[in-house]
Amino acid sequence: MASATGGFNFDLVERNELLQKRGMQGPGFTKTGTTIAGIIFKDGIVLGADTRSTSGSTVADKNCEKIHFIAPNIYCCGAGTAADTENVTGMVSSQLELHRYGTNRESRVVTALTLLKSHLFKYQGHVSAALVLGGVDFKGPHLFTIYPHGSTDSLPYCTMGSGSLNAMSVFESGFRDDMDQASAVELVTRAIRAGVYNDLGSGSNVDICVIKRGSVEYLRNHQYLQGKTYERAHPMVIKSGNAPVVAERRFDVAQYVEVGPAPEAMELS
Amino acid sequence: MVDPSALAAGGGTRKHTQYPYVTGTSVLGITYKDGILLASDTLGAYGSTKRYKSFQRLTKVNNCTVLGAGGELSDYQYIVRLLEELADDDFCMDDGHHMKPAEVFSYLTRVIYNRRNKMDPLWNSLVVGGWYAGKPFLGSIGMIGTHFTDNTVATGFGNHLARPILREKHRPDMSEEEARALLRECLTVCYYRDKNSINRFQIARVSAEGVDLGEPFALPTNWDHALFRDPAAHAVGTW
Repeated sequence: MASATGGFNFDLVERNELLQKRGMQGPGFTKTGTTIAGIIFKDGIVLGADTRSTSGSTVADKNCEKIHFIAPNIYCCGAGTAADTENVTGMVSSQLELHRYGTNRESRVVTALTLLKSHLFKYQGHVSAALVLGGVDFKGPHLFTIYPHGSTDSLPYCTMGSGSLNAMSVFESGFRDDMDQASAVELVTRAIRAGVYNDLGSGSNVDICVIKRGSVEYLRNHQYLQGKTYERAHPMVIKSGNAPVVAERRFDVAQYVEVGPAPEAMELS
Repeated sequence: MVDPSALAAGGGTRKHTQYPYVTGTSVLGITYKDGILLASDTLGAYGSTKRYKSFQRLTKVNNCTVLGAGGELSDYQYIVRLLEELADDDFCMDDGHHMKPAEVFSYLTRVIYNRRNKMDPLWNSLVVGGWYAGKPFLGSIGMIGTHFTDNTVATGFGNHLARPILREKHRPDMSEEEARALLRECLTVCYYRDKNSINRFQIARVSAEGVDLGEPFALPTNWDHALFRDPAAHAVGTW
């Protein structure tokens, strides 16, 4: 409920607090306790994310997508409230598409950055979206972090989310300038894995997105970290002859039962 | 009649320690083939101020045990005094026995848990490391009495920063050089990303040869990434 002057309208807060005192339970929200990360390598950007979405202590979605499309050359990882990250990135993606039609040019990463940070600042941190924005445009590769209150950093490597310290420790010991693609993907995968294995809010699998000048490789579920080691076949096929016959008793049912003709079919029309 | 020791000045009820003042940050510990290594920096921070820059947070308890502590450093000094009293008793008994690392660990757990039950905790995260009967010992004690032993331990920020690296790269049969290199890697990351730390560390070793607390040293740091020097390289005016 945005007001004309911008930001949220807090007029109903007092009413809500009164209702909650009387026992009303407010709506909950799905958070993404998360590990997201990005690095700049020789030819562009590698973004990485885990795939666990949590609602309190429950895992709401075991395999959600946290790397959002912004433009053909720009992708954005999102941590924080899932609804906020989805909608804010979707909104900016739509705005950029219209802008591309109007300018007839490829979108620039700083445009996405400015749209996102202005929106988040207007809502003073109440839109809980912590983003890692990365892309390659004609000026070169860009990697930014955007915090819920609207501040941004331009960095060669960055991490966000509850698993950010775990992932950052891998980056701090392993990052070099101008890595090649294989090493960069390996480093980001290790960083997300550190989050998955050491942070309870992150889990399941690793998604990777490699953005280079003119190409994007979206490696969905690049690594399965919690695949089932054994899966039962369904339906179960049990070969006959497997069970040993210990004893046998025969009953002649025919003496007690009369077999008659099949009854008429039911009228269904 | 109210016991005056239960009253604070001004007539209210007396309260116990609610928060720490002079604090130490992470302590790291790992086992290797012939012993254990404990590492910490040498900072006693007073809130955000780097007040005491050569504070030794690792202590030799006896010839086979080392104690490392983070958290409130006055409580740590009190704990060291308790252990010294026990060591003095051992010395006076003069029967050739001294405390095993597991005994020190057990004793400290009881002390910490007991204080927690009185709602007056010793505000520390302790690491007890030792080498006894040819086997390494490494244990961690939290301020409420949570305790466990493991091949790698980390307290404070080390939980988030060092533990992923240790879990990935540690092997119980590492050599001392490999173990020291691993700890140096973790200490560097902790220095980069922990606000309350300084670039002055100590690594203590316990092995069959006894305890070696080690001289303080600094680690090389790299601030020279191309995009650190010029973050706006690709987009003038951005930040």
